[in-house]
Amino acid sequence: MLLNGVRRAAIALERGGSGKVMEPTMPVSLRESLQQVSDPRNLDASVEEVFRLMLGVECRREHGGGHQEQDSVTAVVGFGGLLSGACVFSTGRTAALEIAGFMTGMQFEEVDDTVKDGIGEICNMLAGAWKGKVPELAANCGLSVPAVITGRDYKLHVQAPEFQLHHLYRFQESTFAVTIVCDGLQ
Amino acid sequence: MSEVRALIVDDSSVMRKIVERALRQAGLDPLVVLEAGSGTEGLDLLRARNVDLILSDINMPSMDGLEFLRQIRAQNLAPGIPVVMITTESSEEHVKQAIQAGAQGYIRKPFTAEQVKERVLPLVHAA
Repeated sequence: MLLNGVRRAAIALERGGSGKVMEPTMPVSLRESLQQVSDPRNLDASVEEVFRLMLGVECRREHGGGHQEQDSVTAVVGFGGLLSGACVFSTGRTAALEIAGFMTGMQFEEVDDTVKDGIGEICNMLAGAWKGKVPELAANCGLSVPAVITGRDYKLHVQAPEFQLHHLYRFQESTFAVTIVCDGLQ
Repeated sequence: MSEVRALIVDDSSVMRKIVERALRQAGLDPLVVLEAGSGTEGLDLLRARNVDLILSDINMPSMDGLEFLRQIRAQNLAPGIPVVMITTESSEEHVKQAIQAGAQGYIRKPFTAEQVKERVLPLVHAA
């Protein structure tokens, strides 16, 4: 349900956001470039870029299961337009506090509005950087504003996606997961 | 350099802080920062205060950055004041739309302080 709401917001933004109709362009299809769109290296490069530039930390992909705290923070940014789906950033409470600390230069003891805001922005930049790797997507796919979920014992379910990338990353002692879900492609 | 008054418009308070930090690292000092969490709030601030520089996000709820920019120009709220869009959108089409709406600069998120310096300082000096 959340994904549907986020996706509707992304589609509305792609259609012009403030009521302005985007200029018609040549019909574009992503079907032929599915391999490029779903290339896992694009996601790794986007994650590394965002963390290096905005947090000043290096992170690397993990291929193991990784340990995730029970209390977690998840941000979702929807895609709309040529590709519909979502970018999902999920991490434990401790890592969320650390990430917000790197972003702001402040120390956090609890997952307050600033921490949620920071995690939402990380997800927003990841979604933007990822779609920016494919020119057709950069121009024809809109992003929703981030939604952030906190709590424990919840799972993300997507029925029969076109493709899904789910990568785990480590920075310093913390891990986080980034998932790209595509459930519609034009 | 004389005091620079910058209006930063972004629905994310964290991003507003990051942009402010980047402006200070770019050498804008002394710097007075006005913050707005939406385009509407930004317009209200511009009606009440004079600024030397405007930096705005594009993807914001209720009034997006492009509409904010169009309203600034339509209402002649900050004549001659440079506007720089800071956004995750990176396509040429988005840059073209921002320029058409009246932006003088465009910075893609994620960004470095060096990029902010390169794109913002010349605009401030020229204004």
